[in-house]
Amino acid sequence: MSTVSTQMTSQNAKRVRTRQQTDRFNSLLIHAVLVPVAILWLMPVYMMFIFASMGDSALFSPKILLLPGKEAWSNLVNLQADTAFLRTLFNSVVVGIVYTILSVTLTAMAGWALVRYQFYGKTVVTALILGTMTLPFFVVVIPQFIMIARDFGMANTWVALILPPLFNSLGVLFMRQAFSMLPKELFEAAQVEGVKEWQIFLYVALPLARPMIAALSIILFLHSWNNYLWPLLITNERSMMTAPVALGSLIGNTDISWGSIMMGASLLTAPMLAVFIFLQRHFMAGITAGAVK
Amino acid sequence: MRKRNLTAYGFLTPYLAIFAVFWFWPILYSFYLSFLSTRRLPWSWNPGMTWGRIYQDPAFFNALWNTLKILLIQVPVMIALATILAVLLNSRLLKARGLMRFAFFAPVVIGEAAYAAVFRLMFNAEFGIVNKTLGQMGIEGPNWFGHPDAAMAVIIIAVTWRWMGYNAIIILSGLQSIPEDVYEAAKLDNVSPRQQFLYITLPLLRPVILFCIVLSVIGSMQLFAEPFLITNQGGPGGATETLGLFLYRQGFLNLNFGYASAIAYTIAALAVAISALNLWVGRERE
Repeated sequence: MSTVSTQMTSQNAKRVRTRQQTDRFNSLLIHAVLVPVAILWLMPVYMMFIFASMGDSALFSPKILLLPGKEAWSNLVNLQADTAFLRTLFNSVVVGIVYTILSVTLTAMAGWALVRYQFYGKTVVTALILGTMTLPFFVVVIPQFIMIARDFGMANTWVALILPPLFNSLGVLFMRQAFSMLPKELFEAAQVEGVKEWQIFLYVALPLARPMIAALSIILFLHSWNNYLWPLLITNERSMMTAPVALGSLIGNTDISWGSIMMGASLLTAPMLAVFIFLQRHFMAGITAGAVK
Repeated sequence: MRKRNLTAYGFLTPYLAIFAVFWFWPILYSFYLSFLSTRRLPWSWNPGMTWGRIYQDPAFFNALWNTLKILLIQVPVMIALATILAVLLNSRLLKARGLMRFAFFAPVVIGEAAYAAVFRLMFNAEFGIVNKTLGQMGIEGPNWFGHPDAAMAVIIIAVTWRWMGYNAIIILSGLQSIPEDVYEAAKLDNVSPRQQFLYITLPLLRPVILFCIVLSVIGSMQLFAEPFLITNQGGPGGATETLGLFLYRQGFLNLNFGYASAIAYTIAALAVAISALNLWVGRERE
């Protein structure tokens, strides 16, 4: 008996050892592939921040410079002096916050209706929302532009920047999923107690869906913050541009230094990277929610 | 769930109002516009100036061909890379997970304008880091924005850089939903890791990968900011002009709304057709 068991253990030990060896080899292989590629992938972001601190002489030098320069402040000063960039950043912040609050409210209400009630036209409403998801924005952009700019005369306004993008199918699908995961019995119990429907929504459902609302808010704010085409079309006064539009107008402009442009790009990117780092979980949830059913 | 029409529509109305004004009506109006000649006032019914023109317009076919080039090269390369990346990131042997995640997923949060600026600078022929690095290795880098194929390559590299991580996140979540015991069973039957990947992982990932492909196709059909900003409005000489950029020029620079609407509907039809083709080719065969 004892010899058999020793034999087994030595065999097991050998198996464990070979497994450890293959593990080590595979681990080496994975890291040999991923580490260089990861560094390569980080390069553009890193270069953006580095260049933001460099003057023209450093930028145009034939040497490859990988350490920050000392011109960050003067780049910022020049950027602000030439383009009033901070004003456009402020516009982006305001538009982003108002848009996110309104959009979360609208999509939460709609998502709630789709989960909680059976009503006439439900299939049609759902089909319309889903159908527009695959439709390119170009199909609506021209009438949206004619309506806002010509009919309403509202180019270069907050309303023009916030209102048309408010419709998004992603948010409704997201909130529909969030509410459908909550226990139905809770709402029914509240209903039996005589609680009004809007109170059930406001005081029972919304607080329970808080993590999902956080994830959706991040995604919606990011969309608004980075949105380029619509603000480009609807603003031409510099004081009403959002930061991406202002930045885009600098690219290819020889009057302004590359260092200043990179400073603008960095100011646009840094807050979102910070959000990404600190709220990674919500972020991932937001991105994958639409994808995996 | 009780039938409560009034309450339900009470909750739906604000959202549906926005939908009606800014999507439903525009969809119809845009279709109507696509039959109007809008080059001078008053606008008049003249499909010949829009639908009749598009099929004879060399600029349209140039933009279409450029878009298809990006579609046919960029999408398969990116999806393949994203799949490999997802599998590697899913490995239990991986160290420094947080850092890897950051490196590949950070581009997802960077806006079009910001990353376009960086790529334009990095690929500058004289002082861009790419050609400086190539120079160090003794290779003379091309004039990226002066040569049609090189400019196209920059667009493809830029788009891949931005979206690979995004697709990898989606594929990764698909990977993590594959139950562990499938692999346990395969191991007991002595199925090699390579075979496991080919015969278990890939087939189970099929729906997720298809989803990524369809998303990418729709995205490519709408590519606008990259050629607008990185290659200086579709340069050199229209070599990187995409359908999105062509529409922008017709609609918002020439203010020819009728023709631009016809282009918009063509883009939508192509996006739907190509997505449907993908889904049909990738369908489950019993």
